[in-house]
Amino acid sequence: MTSNNEVWITGIGLISSLGEGGDAHWQTLTSPSPAQPVINSETTAPYSFHPLIEPDWATQISRRDKRQMEPWMQIGSYAAGLALDDAGMKGDEELCSTMDMIVAAGGGERDIETDGAIHEDALHSSDPDTLLNERLSNDLRPTLFLAQLSNLLAGNISIVHKVTGSSRTFMGEESAGISAIQTAAARIASGQSDHILVGGAYNSARPDMMLTFELGHYLWNKAPTGVAARAKSGNGGIILGSVGIFLVLESRQHAEARGKTAYAKIDAVAADHGSRSEGEAIKRGQALRNGLEVSSDIPTLSAATSIADIYGEEMQVLGDNSPIRCYGNQFGHSVEAQFPLGIALAALALSNNGFYPPFEQGEREAASSSDKILVSCFGHWRGEGLAVISNHKAEG
Amino acid sequence: MSRSNTDHLGRPVVVVTGMGVVSSLGTGKSENWKNLTAGKSGIHSITRFSTEGLRTTVAGTVDFMNIEPMSAPALTFALASSATGEAIDEAGFSGKDFPGPLFLAAPPVELEWHHRGEIYAQDIDGNEVGYAKLLKAAREKKRQDMFELIQFSRTADLLAEKHKTKGLPISLSTACASGTTAIQMGVEAIRRGECTTALCVGTDGSVQTESLIRFSLLSALTTQNDEPEKAAKPFSKDRDGFVMAEGAGALVLESLESAEARGAEILAIVRGCGEKADDFHRTRSSPDGSPVIAAVQHGLDDAGLDSSEISYINAHGTSTPENDRMEYNSLKAVFGDQIHQIPISSNKSMIGHALTAAGAIEAVFSVLTIREGVIPPTINYTNPDPDIPLDVVPDVSRKAEVNNVLSNSFGFGGQNACLVLGRA
Repeated sequence: MTSNNEVWITGIGLISSLGEGGDAHWQTLTSPSPAQPVINSETTAPYSFHPLIEPDWATQISRRDKRQMEPWMQIGSYAAGLALDDAGMKGDEELCSTMDMIVAAGGGERDIETDGAIHEDALHSSDPDTLLNERLSNDLRPTLFLAQLSNLLAGNISIVHKVTGSSRTFMGEESAGISAIQTAAARIASGQSDHILVGGAYNSARPDMMLTFELGHYLWNKAPTGVAARAKSGNGGIILGSVGIFLVLESRQHAEARGKTAYAKIDAVAADHGSRSEGEAIKRGQALRNGLEVSSDIPTLSAATSIADIYGEEMQVLGDNSPIRCYGNQFGHSVEAQFPLGIALAALALSNNGFYPPFEQGEREAASSSDKILVSCFGHWRGEGLAVISNHKAEG
Repeated sequence: MSRSNTDHLGRPVVVVTGMGVVSSLGTGKSENWKNLTAGKSGIHSITRFSTEGLRTTVAGTVDFMNIEPMSAPALTFALASSATGEAIDEAGFSGKDFPGPLFLAAPPVELEWHHRGEIYAQDIDGNEVGYAKLLKAAREKKRQDMFELIQFSRTADLLAEKHKTKGLPISLSTACASGTTAIQMGVEAIRRGECTTALCVGTDGSVQTESLIRFSLLSALTTQNDEPEKAAKPFSKDRDGFVMAEGAGALVLESLESAEARGAEILAIVRGCGEKADDFHRTRSSPDGSPVIAAVQHGLDDAGLDSSEISYINAHGTSTPENDRMEYNSLKAVFGDQIHQIPISSNKSMIGHALTAAGAIEAVFSVLTIREGVIPPTINYTNPDPDIPLDVVPDVSRKAEVNNVLSNSFGFGGQNACLVLGRA
């Protein structure tokens, strides 16, 4: 069954600190007056984050369903609805009930107030173990558990949007997003599936998640500045961002049969993993890039987090000839969602026959438009992935 | 007799060439199989942490791995590592780079109370409270080990580095169907021709205070604490919830062509996989069972088998009132009255519910069932549920020729997945 179907991107659902919808993001990011990132530096000072816009939730999620979710699931379910709308599949029972789904997810939000109160009381308790048992039994909301299970974003999308062909959740920070896109594209290309909903979501306004990064001193705790600027300042540091991103991938035949055109197609996804000893990620990244056979000046969207070492190695792999856009400048870092976000941004640029203006001082102007865009994601700790997205109308 | 390298749909035939397992019954296939077929229970009172005041105090924890310092991610990795080592040995890849990708079913990880407690106590006199205090303490003292411990990719990273698997390892969760999904993803990758071998592992070492209380608050767990070994009683009238458990299962999958070319022993054939998501409720199954019915039917269709060709069913059989009833009704819809003649048993009556690992562990046991010609029993079946008139292989294992096994796994979040495993 070595089929080789074209993998079309026929739906984009995107919500972030910058707005809602693919076209709105394209307009904002390419407007003549450069878009300013939206950053909150107060709520969780000294850490900054890119907060989600406040959407009209009821357009995608009923009040009843929304109450069953914590914010990251709401963000993801909302974006999934936007993607289904955009692909013309929303509410189509036949298409949704046979649709496959891959979600890149981390963990859900904890109950911040309960955690803090229990820790405070435990400090002054003579029997902290029994205190913990009592307090958790009484203070945890049963539904919170469900809001913390990684696969319950997918579960909620099934409930809210009736996507029930299959449901798989990938975990593992940035790698989860890379594998989700890679697996979804491989399933379409091979004929194992003909339409898939794939994506992820991240809620950045979360001190509990910030804590997991800060344990390893991965967060930026000074005044916000650009990705490259941070990477060149000491060890660098991440600024998190809220993003919900889902794509509808479809085989060309499946899309054409229902009269649907595409934004772009996914030509290839390559990914690897291994030690981050000095130079190792460069070797792996160059091998991945060589396998993709892209030109040395291909416009590139980078998910760079601004952690200094890996930022430097990624930039070496991407080379000096390409116009590179570190889209974390505009969106912040959305971890599992960051690679799917890059795929969406590439598809939007290709469908508009353009590219993005520099997001940070030092990013070079693009010489001319291109039929291909490279998306690069070197995870802050592990995992490297590259994808080539191309104009599906272009020859060859 | 030479056999075809492709199946009824022209895809590469996928076989099992290595298996490993750890459960509360012990380490390795031999010890597990001996205990499982003797009807022995691995369920016991929890000693890992204080159960003072808790409604459930029993579990199938794995307490013999000598983890220091103890944490769920550390145990989860140790379990996976043990099962994977055994599987790779059997497949003949020990000491070599594993020639395919890794698909790992692993539980979500997060800081545990003792981790946060340690950070919280760093600066007792500080003015901050709650997460502001935790973040300030983290800012002032780097804890790289703790950071690495709670990376969701960590278990897969370590396994991949240890066995030099190919490409980016995939960590996945489909809740209690995860182990089955890992196998399914390996099958799909081989069928796509991306690889000729795949390492599929399910692991779970996450019985700790909060996880136990969370399931307890959902009323999912048994409260029959007095005789722990009798707490898990699938298909019994007085079943009242599942028993949390730990363990790992690992399988080396391989194309038949590759296995034969290198002269590997073929343990079983993975004939088919089926799945179907449920959109009814976050924890409950559709009352009509339609998604489970569809998952089973998809598995049979994928295998190219008629339901009459299934000789044994390895049930999901959690021992919750709802699951066991739903599983019976759905199987009856697929198999008709024939379901009353097919032996069906629940390994969970002995090992408890190993959550993320369950599907992989039960796949290993299903293959052993075929190879050994012995069906493990459903123990604690003293009070049959009259509404579930199944042949559950009560209490005592049974010799039988088993050619094709259906193994079911269902999870919160509408996850339903099935495997069909066949004689090599």
